[in-house]
Amino acid sequence: MAGIDQSKIRNFCIVAHIDHGKSTLADRIIEKTGLLTSREMQAQVLDNMELERERGITIKAQTVRIVYKAKDGEEYVFNLIDTPGHVDFNYEVSRSLAACDGAILVVDAAQGIEAQTLANVYLALDHDLDVFPVINKIDLPSAEPERVKEEIEDVIGIEAHDAPLISAKNGIGIEEVLEQIVAKIPAPEGDPNAPLQALIFDSLYDSYKGVIIFCRIKEGTVKKGTPILMMATGAKAEVVEVGYFGAGQFLECEELSAGMVGYITASIKNVKDTAVGDTVTNAMEPCKEPLPGYKKVQSMVYCGMYPADGAKYPDLRDALEKLQLNDASLNYEPETSIALGFGFRCGFLGLLHLEIIQERLEREYNLDLVTTAPGVIYKVHKSNGEVIELTNPSNLPDPSEIEYMEEPIVSAEIMVTSEFIGAIMELCQERRGVYLGMEYMEEKRALLRYELPLNEIIYDFFDALKSRSRGYASFDYELKGYEQSELVKLDMLINKEEVDALSFIVHKDSAYDRGRRMCEKLKEEIPRHLFEIPIQAAVGGKVIARETVKAMRKDVLAKCYGGDITRKKKLLEKQKEGKKRMRQVGNVEIPQQAFMSVLKLDDK
Amino acid sequence: MSNPLSLYIHIPFCIKKCHYCDFLSAPAGEETQREYVRALLHEIEYWGKLLSGAPIKSVYIGGGTPSVLPEELMVEILCKLKKSFPYITKIENTAGKKKKSHVSEAEPKGKVPKVAEPEISMEINPGTVTEKKLKAYSQAGINRLSIGLQSVDEDELKLLGRIHTYEDFMETYHMARAQGFSNLNIDLISALPGQKLESWQDTLEKVLALKPEHISAYSLIIEEGTPFYETYFGHEELLPDEETDRVMYALTKHMLREAGYERYEISNYSRKGKECLHNLVYWQRGNYLGLGLGSSSMIDNIRFRNTDSMKDYVNYWSAGNIKDSSVIGIHGKTLLALSDFEEHTAKEQERYGNFQKAHVIPNICVDIKSLSQKEQMEEFMFLGLRMMKGISAKEFEEAFGKSIFDVYGHQIDKYKEQNVLTVDERIAFTDRGVDVSNMILADFLLE
Repeated sequence: MAGIDQSKIRNFCIVAHIDHGKSTLADRIIEKTGLLTSREMQAQVLDNMELERERGITIKAQTVRIVYKAKDGEEYVFNLIDTPGHVDFNYEVSRSLAACDGAILVVDAAQGIEAQTLANVYLALDHDLDVFPVINKIDLPSAEPERVKEEIEDVIGIEAHDAPLISAKNGIGIEEVLEQIVAKIPAPEGDPNAPLQALIFDSLYDSYKGVIIFCRIKEGTVKKGTPILMMATGAKAEVVEVGYFGAGQFLECEELSAGMVGYITASIKNVKDTAVGDTVTNAMEPCKEPLPGYKKVQSMVYCGMYPADGAKYPDLRDALEKLQLNDASLNYEPETSIALGFGFRCGFLGLLHLEIIQERLEREYNLDLVTTAPGVIYKVHKSNGEVIELTNPSNLPDPSEIEYMEEPIVSAEIMVTSEFIGAIMELCQERRGVYLGMEYMEEKRALLRYELPLNEIIYDFFDALKSRSRGYASFDYELKGYEQSELVKLDMLINKEEVDALSFIVHKDSAYDRGRRMCEKLKEEIPRHLFEIPIQAAVGGKVIARETVKAMRKDVLAKCYGGDITRKKKLLEKQKEGKKRMRQVGNVEIPQQAFMSVLKLDDK
Repeated sequence: MSNPLSLYIHIPFCIKKCHYCDFLSAPAGEETQREYVRALLHEIEYWGKLLSGAPIKSVYIGGGTPSVLPEELMVEILCKLKKSFPYITKIENTAGKKKKSHVSEAEPKGKVPKVAEPEISMEINPGTVTEKKLKAYSQAGINRLSIGLQSVDEDELKLLGRIHTYEDFMETYHMARAQGFSNLNIDLISALPGQKLESWQDTLEKVLALKPEHISAYSLIIEEGTPFYETYFGHEELLPDEETDRVMYALTKHMLREAGYERYEISNYSRKGKECLHNLVYWQRGNYLGLGLGSSSMIDNIRFRNTDSMKDYVNYWSAGNIKDSSVIGIHGKTLLALSDFEEHTAKEQERYGNFQKAHVIPNICVDIKSLSQKEQMEEFMFLGLRMMKGISAKEFEEAFGKSIFDVYGHQIDKYKEQNVLTVDERIAFTDRGVDVSNMILADFLLE
């Protein structure tokens, strides 16, 4: 690819609200440009993790280089960078956007602008990308392309009158999209002879090649043998290979120069050395300053992960180690719980990230996990001036040593049709939200802005939002900072014994309500035993709620059929099997499910 | 074969399925019944040849409703049993001396060596027996009858789908006494849908007035595949609640004890010395052979059962080809062709003991399983503990060569502490333990 004309390169991404058809459009673009025949296409080429296909979301950024012969007779090189589609990965999204020069905004012709549409488009505009809209799903009966065009112009303020009307699913209007990519997305700039300055927007661990750095060359040139320096982490290496992205494969080339998107390998062992957002430069001839926007990735949500079978602890450790090779945002450290034994406290970007890791551990590594309730990082200011970042409620110091505590707050934008505004405001109120304002996007839809404590939205806020708006509300947030808050640790006592894995931090005003619901939930989850089991919620040693699991009265197989004992044995085996999925705390067997029950407190 | 053996004979016919019944049984015409009995006779003869040396401890003819068979068929079955298993001794002495049998010819006259009289039970249902039938049963050697009553309340009988009234039952009961049957059981079911405590009490009182030797009192189980399952599964609110159920149970125990009955098994009560020997064989893991459709066997720690398919069963046995060359032998879970079977190593022969000579028929004998020591220990516990006298630590050690406390010490201690087990020379459930026995027994399954 050496010597490619910069003016013929188009680096772009596609932004959209979830389900508006981003990945499908990406597939069509790849198909139309002939990189793959439609027979070779598996739906959604770019989402290549099994999990991504299933969930229909992009978890890891994917990139593909395609060649398009435009109507002007020229061949253009497109680098399509598919960005993660979830608020958990906002920072990754921002770095991917920074690697582009333009963006396609996909808007659903029936649904119009949603919260993530706005969030993503603003993010793109913040990165000075040229954005052009396309209206997707125009073949739906409920499509209103003209209304949506107007909405885009009114709300976002970008031109939409000539937006291609397409159906990515049925391949309608794709040609027009390709032509507009050529016409509306600017060619990259940059001097191939300047000192190397390349933006890392993703990386991948390969057991043969080591870390594969995905990057956009902003200035200069990189090739085999170039000594490189990662400016933020300080890691140094010598380039072994450079190349670009075919469909699902890496294609080596001689060099990458300013304006190009591709990969670098340099026998780097750890993805932690190649942080997303870092700048790669020439170690011998470094650029003056790193590219802007680098941030150290921080876990926002923590939970305990334990193997259901204690003997599988080493397996879990190995699996986490392997996942971390590819996922620098996953943190873990060993911890011990009285109830659950040996496990890990793991940090994640958000709840989706947590769920993904959990599912990958279960599927790819065949592990049966017990996960404790996810929590956020609290800042505990002790009276001696020390500040603790608390990720595990069990480690909360004695209240007498605490001066005050802080919790993370997010700014949230919720888009909702007017009939549900009341319900959503009520929900935000319940979740200790601070109302910031409301704007009408159009006659019937409003954008609500709130500040919400992160710990109020991590579990089930999204579900609650959907159920209270019949699926119409959409939601986006970003971390705003920490604020002082009246927080307490809620402990659960089962048969008078505190179960550490069930403790959680909660605002003092919600403690009673949460404690009561926790007791109710645990009462449902814990099977009856031979004896009565009190379930209590306590704050600072004071019991605030109580339920009782009554003793088992009857569990007897009255009739045992003559000589056929197999039924009897099967019944007992089933009962025994059930016990295996339990955790023994004192005399009580607690189903593993119960440890996650905090998550479902809002099932009404 | 010198270990005592018990025989179970299954008669899979009834007038009409009861609404709660999931036994292997169905209404059938007389032709089917005859065909079935013909096959059964062949099966009895076949096994008799293999196991004829065993002393017979008990015979139990169950169903279905065995009394739906024409009496001559039942008599034929019993004759065939006596002929095939000559150690069913002294049948004539108990049932009169009308007919000669092969066994009596072999017996010396006058003083007979003391051989325990085998218990020969048969299940009957009111509405299917006549005086003539009962007389024939008695003459053929049946010495114990188990009568299905379930309830004295007409509405409850209807609800259960029984074909008889309480009056029908009374008639049957008195006829049986009149024919000289001195060992009678009455089957009852408690915790019926909508049943009140008073109604159950009424059933118990009326039954006790009859002074049967044995009472089986079960609480209703809603079995899958029954009309009751369709109606009540997931609608447990239509059934007596747990508390009522337990009160009924306690009432049963109390009333029966007052009347001189002892509970010797979770649901079985009897006058002293009138325990059902056949049932005890199951709990004590004695050898038993099941004959007839779907019946289960355990011989020398090998369990197997007969096919549930009437067609397969009848096709195979009615041919009467007892010396069928396709007969094969048992080798744990593996079936070996007879020729291979004879090449067993000495060690294997030792392992299978007497049973090596028994041959099992593919597709007819199924689910063959040689029990490991672990499985034997588990069974010892969960079957033995069903008996109120529980299990003996000494017997456990004799059977398995290790102390019960080494194997089950943890469970025994735990449950003793929770007052659900008593631990002495014998280990047994307390009353509370019986109520929650399943969750305890499950704990005696080993890893």
